[in-house]
Amino acid sequence: MEGIIGYGACIPRNRIKVEEIAKVWGADAPSYRKGLLVEEKSVPSPDQDTITMSVEATKNALKRAGINPKDIGAVYIGSESHPYAVKPSGTVLAEAIGATPEVHTSDFEFACKAGTEGMFVALGLVKAGLIKYGLAVGADTSQGAPGDALEYTAAAGAAAYIFGREKIVAEVLETYSYTTDTPDFWRREYQYYPQHGGRFTGDPAYFRHITGAAKGIMEKAGLKPSDLQYVIFHQPNGKFPFRVGEMLGFAKEQIEPGWLVNKLGNTYSGSSPLGLTATLDISKPGDLVLIVSYGSGAGSDAFILKVTERINEVRDLAPKTRELLGKKVKYLEYGTYAKFRHKIRKAE
Amino acid sequence: MREVAVVGVGMNKWGELWEKSLRQIFTEAALLALDDAGVDKIDSLYVGCMSSGLFVGQEHISSLLADYLGQAHVPAARVESACASGGLALRLGWIEVASGLSDIVLVGGVEKMTDVNGNEATYALGTAADQEYECFHGITFPGLYALIARAHMEKYGTTREQLAMVAVKNHANGSLNPLAQYPFKVSVEAVLGSVMVADPLRILDCSPITDGAAALVLCPVELAKKRKKPIVKIIGSGTATDTIALGSRREITWIESTYQAAKRAYAMAGKKPEDIDVVEVHDCFTIAEICVMEALGLVEKGKGGRAVEDGLTSLQGKIPINTSGGLKAKGHPVGATGVAQAIEIVKQLRDDAGPRQVKGARVGLTQNMGGSGGSSVVHIFERG
Repeated sequence: MEGIIGYGACIPRNRIKVEEIAKVWGADAPSYRKGLLVEEKSVPSPDQDTITMSVEATKNALKRAGINPKDIGAVYIGSESHPYAVKPSGTVLAEAIGATPEVHTSDFEFACKAGTEGMFVALGLVKAGLIKYGLAVGADTSQGAPGDALEYTAAAGAAAYIFGREKIVAEVLETYSYTTDTPDFWRREYQYYPQHGGRFTGDPAYFRHITGAAKGIMEKAGLKPSDLQYVIFHQPNGKFPFRVGEMLGFAKEQIEPGWLVNKLGNTYSGSSPLGLTATLDISKPGDLVLIVSYGSGAGSDAFILKVTERINEVRDLAPKTRELLGKKVKYLEYGTYAKFRHKIRKAE
Repeated sequence: MREVAVVGVGMNKWGELWEKSLRQIFTEAALLALDDAGVDKIDSLYVGCMSSGLFVGQEHISSLLADYLGQAHVPAARVESACASGGLALRLGWIEVASGLSDIVLVGGVEKMTDVNGNEATYALGTAADQEYECFHGITFPGLYALIARAHMEKYGTTREQLAMVAVKNHANGSLNPLAQYPFKVSVEAVLGSVMVADPLRILDCSPITDGAAALVLCPVELAKKRKKPIVKIIGSGTATDTIALGSRREITWIESTYQAAKRAYAMAGKKPEDIDVVEVHDCFTIAEICVMEALGLVEKGKGGRAVEDGLTSLQGKIPINTSGGLKAKGHPVGATGVAQAIEIVKQLRDDAGPRQVKGARVGLTQNMGGSGGSSVVHIFERG
């Protein structure tokens, strides 16, 4: 039996409201609020990046797992905002938590699903018996071009998962991946901001892949939507997860515990993994949970988890996700936000 | 000149057809039209298409589409008159059959607009306006029609609600058309509360960006009579031009090209506005439908808004307009629009329009328009 033995989240304290962004661009804030179902998004501080957030989320995961970091055999970070184009993020994380040098490290990139990609591989290595514990983090300080629709949602956050065979918090019952060549969103080498295909990112991209993966895994597991207590879908905006849930036959109540996007924004590689940390925070032993990520380009990874008795022992060992979301929140004006996100730079 | 009949029509569902290419959507519609006509060989092809070059990077589509339809070597021509390309293609096909040059002519229209982003689509559409005198100064089509709307409101007291009622009516009709891109109803409140595009026009005043094709088959009436099916004749065809720059017109609320084209079509058909049972007009924006009603002589100048409010143009009204849902709900793949309008009228006159059928319709009219009225094409059809 393999599964999650520890999980942790990291959410920056800075926020910017949709109105503040709309004001600068002369856009209609109420229609963005209504259209995206997003009120505000997280913004990383100048000293926060994918690596520092990965470290923080991992420390929280280690508190819950209660293991010796030396026993972690693989460290993976999935992100589309690795601070370096060449030089791994994972090595810094592995060093920071004391997992080096006997550890396999790799950085993943697959738009918004790089986090679950790392989880998929870490779980696989544990299952194969090659390593004792495997760590996977989904983290991003995602970028939206100034004035682009993405700017209203592109946020920052990280979620970390440690997989193992003992002291399991949530057993992985089934996995499934659904992948095609669908170019809905991309950022080329040397480009600072991503480009996207507008409405093309909907039906042929997000909805096709998520429904494909969700149906595939439920069929494989012999389960139907009503058998599951909770479901987490990738959250590029507030509306998409509910719409895809409705398409698949899930009720709003099954989605809501992991639905953070209205106050958090889209944390890209951290999006569905953070939805899962929030859901585990409120899960009871025996609950069945489905998570389906989505990454442009395009693909979805799906996991069906069964929460164990151990959830009650570890839940309070680290900050809960919704506590982090509401803690010491600081609202930024657009100017400060622009500086923090390096949209404007001081003269040299 | 010979009398000309429409003997086949073909159209598939319009929308964001990301899984299909331009040649595929055209070929599907054309094959449906050929099947409906019961022919497998054509004498020539006209295809209306405004801007395949800017939308999908493909020109020379007359030959391309003839080839993909399995009709290589036939004469084929692409026709461009901005958003009136489809209507003008129909006119040229009609001339070819009427003149006796050809017997079986396929007239199609196609546009694949969603392969580019919104800015690129706006740019491509903007090329139908006067680049030097309009576009270079920053205006786009919603802006031009907003100027018309504002002027119409000032001059005639047309209200913001009346504009919204055009969209409400066309969506109500479109909800009965399974081929429409947006087959759902909207309310006046929804239109008034939708996103502002160019004051006073909001997003629900504007026709959408659409992928789609439409095709029909023309032949001499004598030949059509050999088939045991209802005959729909083209009894009037008129086209006219105007300045393509809105600012050069004497009166921006009056679409002179539509007036002139209609005058010619009415004269040829021997019909008057009151003889028309069902109409398809170019409602690229809600205000356009109001101006066009006036230019076609269906209502008095300045009374378009009031007529919509009074229900004159609804499906149950005296003169139903845009039973298909219009450009607003059915979609507006620019080059295909003029052909699809003719298809709707043919269906109506064949008594084949299902839940949106206008009872006893015998005479129908289509009005297709390029840009802000720089060109207009009007056709009048009659059940034979």
